[in-house]
Amino acid sequence: MEGKEKKPEQSVKNKSQISRRSLFGTTAAVAGAGVLASNLTDPIVRSAYAAGSDAPIRIGFQVHRTGIGATYGKWYERTTNAAAKYINEHGGMGGRPVEIVPEDDGTDPKRGADVVEKFATQHKVDFVYGTLFSHVVMGSSPRAGELKIPYFVVSEGYHVASGALNRYVFQPCITDVRSQISAMSGWIFNNLGKKMTLIYPDYAFGYNHRDYASAAAEKHGAKISAKLAIPPTASSFTRYFAKIPKDTEVIYHVMVGPGVLTFVREMGEHFGSNRPEIFGFIDSLEGVALDSPGLDFLNGTYFWEAMPRYADGYPTHGEKVYRNAVGVNANGASKSDSKDVSTYSHMFGCWETLFAIKEAVEQSGYRDKRDYANLIETFEGFQGFNEGIAHPQGSKMFSGKSHQCYGQQFISKVENSKFDVVHRTSIEDGYYEPETDYTKLPL
Amino acid sequence: MAGVLLLLFVLQFILPAYHHSTFSKIMVLASYAMGFNILLGYTGLMSLGHAMFFSTGMYATGISVYHFGYTGIPALGIGVLCTVLVSMLLGLVALRTSGVSFLIVTLMFGQAVFLSILYFDQFTLGQDGFTLTKELEPLVLGNASYSYTDPTFKYNAAWFLFALSLVITNILILSPIGRVLIAIRENEERTQMLGYNTYLYKLFAMTLSGALSGLAGSVHALLFSYVGATFAEIHHSIAPLLWTLLGGVGTTLGPLLGTGIMHYLIDFTSGWTSAYLLIVGAILVLLVIGAPQGLMGLVRQKRFPWLP
Amino acid sequence: MLVWFEDNVALLFLALLDGTVTAFVLALIALGLSLVFGVMRVVNVAHGEFFMLGAVLAWACFHFTGNMPLLGFLLALIVAPVLVGGLAMLSDRFILHRIQYNPESTIVATIGLLYIIQQLVLSFFGPEARPVEAPIYFRVQFPWFGYSGYKLIVAVLSGFLLLLTWFLMVRSKLGLYMRATQQDAEIAQTFGVPTRSVYSKVFAIGAGLAALAGVLVVPIRQADYLMGLEPLLLSFIVVIIGGLGSLRGTLVAAFIVGISDGFISVFYEPTLAKMLATVLVAAVLIVKPTGLFGEEPG
Repeated sequence: MEGKEKKPEQSVKNKSQISRRSLFGTTAAVAGAGVLASNLTDPIVRSAYAAGSDAPIRIGFQVHRTGIGATYGKWYERTTNAAAKYINEHGGMGGRPVEIVPEDDGTDPKRGADVVEKFATQHKVDFVYGTLFSHVVMGSSPRAGELKIPYFVVSEGYHVASGALNRYVFQPCITDVRSQISAMSGWIFNNLGKKMTLIYPDYAFGYNHRDYASAAAEKHGAKISAKLAIPPTASSFTRYFAKIPKDTEVIYHVMVGPGVLTFVREMGEHFGSNRPEIFGFIDSLEGVALDSPGLDFLNGTYFWEAMPRYADGYPTHGEKVYRNAVGVNANGASKSDSKDVSTYSHMFGCWETLFAIKEAVEQSGYRDKRDYANLIETFEGFQGFNEGIAHPQGSKMFSGKSHQCYGQQFISKVENSKFDVVHRTSIEDGYYEPETDYTKLPL
Repeated sequence: MAGVLLLLFVLQFILPAYHHSTFSKIMVLASYAMGFNILLGYTGLMSLGHAMFFSTGMYATGISVYHFGYTGIPALGIGVLCTVLVSMLLGLVALRTSGVSFLIVTLMFGQAVFLSILYFDQFTLGQDGFTLTKELEPLVLGNASYSYTDPTFKYNAAWFLFALSLVITNILILSPIGRVLIAIRENEERTQMLGYNTYLYKLFAMTLSGALSGLAGSVHALLFSYVGATFAEIHHSIAPLLWTLLGGVGTTLGPLLGTGIMHYLIDFTSGWTSAYLLIVGAILVLLVIGAPQGLMGLVRQKRFPWLP
Repeated sequence: MLVWFEDNVALLFLALLDGTVTAFVLALIALGLSLVFGVMRVVNVAHGEFFMLGAVLAWACFHFTGNMPLLGFLLALIVAPVLVGGLAMLSDRFILHRIQYNPESTIVATIGLLYIIQQLVLSFFGPEARPVEAPIYFRVQFPWFGYSGYKLIVAVLSGFLLLLTWFLMVRSKLGLYMRATQQDAEIAQTFGVPTRSVYSKVFAIGAGLAALAGVLVVPIRQADYLMGLEPLLLSFIVVIIGGLGSLRGTLVAAFIVGISDGFISVFYEPTLAKMLATVLVAAVLIVKPTGLFGEEPG
């Protein structure tokens, strides 16, 4: 295999190539081989670092070990460690081993800013990465920008792409809420119904859904008959169900937080068997087993998944390697404890982001922080990422301007307390023109 | 007092980068705690809702800059003004109660402010909050332009705020008003019988306390860019209580000591256990059993009775 | 007016129903807090955590009994209040007594206790919210909507526990001691009331009531380590409106708050409902600083 020629794991120059390419089997196998090949046999890349740089690349991992994000934090940490291990077993980042330096931010924006500070000035890591909750991202990003350290978030929030942050923040491997909603609304309106009731939490995450779903409804000639905002601390939801208009054809819900199971159960109690179509987001059920008591009401309803929890949902080679490496069984739970259900639709972002960082490091020839500008510009030049072991969720398109990626989404139906994938959206379905251009900002 | 100020000022030239910025933050938060201490340490009123003053200042300043394009100093002024108003209004209602009732009332109003921040999310951007990085223009003093987030500027601004709080606190406790407040703390009934309108004095203390806390909030927004609902949560009300108690309630330097120690304690312990709040809880309990006057209080008791 | 009524009958009925269930549960939770304050004159900020512990222990009991939710429920009804009450007694002995029940110190100490309990549960139970099956599950179908039969049972059981507590207060010797101590602790002592052990028991009962509420409520909502804060705040509202120290006040206030919360949430917005509750507190305080039924501290 020649040096710089076609390395499928690296960034692809032509956007159209991703969408037309078949995304199963063949590519994955080639991609897998490409990873190994590029790291082990490319002499040009290796020699750039041979000169005295076996020092590890240190990545500060801002993790929600405590606080409301702790369930995600647990799985983010497992995935991160698995990814680092895999990368190190296969040649590291440009020949240098990866070292993960974790710090708990308590899912608290105040602590988040302090943690970024600590990473940059005390631990002196190369990059900071890993934040999920959007308010923590908001609270921590300014500091990353001031300290001029690249900050890779795995958040799903629209903040990065909205231009509210700074040029040092990237969200390269997990799609944002706006993109997700745009991708799915077409299918929902065409298949489930054109009169929709939205039920969402009464804060920014919920408002994103409210706003983008409303915009999508207009586009598809559908109508939002009711918008029900529920406070995040609500523990009982019965009273809200009564407000759902009788002619609603589809209910769209994105409840998150500890009250979710109650929400589902009470929805079941309220409607009985006489219910409209229901579409939910997997955020409601991350970390929760589908056969939990009271969830049988969900049979026959639909959910968005970013990455199918059950192994038969997207059985590519890359997916299998990834699932095995992070220790998740075919039902989406931990191999060592089948009751410990994973947050499968979010944690892949950690794995993929680490690989994306690896690609940027190798392509830009990064050695230390003096090379930040070069690394950032290289990253901004990426057009996307190919599906494979490094990117098992699927191929991505990346906008250097908004620092945000676009990707495929899955729609699953709950049958017998299990998810069955019924539809896969294309990257184009979720595409929107970037509304900001970070590349115009100085570094 | 002057010694401590001088020391802090000089430290900025010695401290390594991490501690340099940590100290900036500690000084701003210590000012918040000092505002709190005016009410607790010197007037004897424990409030569990001070986050509402801090966040009023923070949001008033933040919104002025973010939505209305004000520059730093006018935004600061707006912040202080709003906080003074809020503290006075709250005082008018809450000071009709005392002791435990007062505590619960302040707690609840603190929650109400938190909920309003979430409710009026078109302005406040709710839970997520917003950052001032792009909207805040550098401060222009004379011919020089200073960016608010520049580390040296941050440190000195924080130092200035802290010095101001220290001066205000000192003037207060040495003044006649201050002595009445302390008398109220010791025995309100007796003070009343001596002819003082304790209600007015308490209102004054509350307004001053709230204003100082709000000022800290405004400065925090300008220096650290992020304005978010997390600063109005109940934990942010418990924080100054914890810092003041640890450092020494009723001492002027106590809050600084407590804020600093707590900050570094959490920093160290979160390194080796994710249950660091457990340690915080244990410290609170031990403190209250063994050393209710806090560290400075202990020092004052055992060695230097003249400490304010 | 009548037209509006007809259109909204379903909503009204739901608001009433839901509000009533909320009120009963709230009364049960707030009662513990009120009792403790009435007799001991201290506020227990960790009260919500006792509630949470009840819920978590209930989960543990259900887990332990496997497939028999009814058995788990009955087990939890015994285990939870006993264990939590025991913890409360220990806290009283080693902490509260040491600080001589000083009101402000108690607040600080119980905040510390709050953090300790929360973190221990986080370490052993984990961060997830875990569901618990209802011991008896059936669905009641009303003309407009379905409703959980278990919730109705919770209301009934809470009412029963409230009656039981009232009975204890007026008929038992402990109740007599409690009321005497509440009136005037010093005089009670001179009459031979063992105030020290009364305090201990009251604190335990208060915690036990909260834990029982947790057990009852957990099949309706999941157990998670942060679930104690919300009930604590609501209890505070109830206790202030009703008047610190008055049990009757607590009950009345719980109903006012529960039902009005139901109505406002159904017809307007829940965040607004919470804000209004706070304004209500302010209003009550301006008119009557000691709360609706509050007494001047003795």
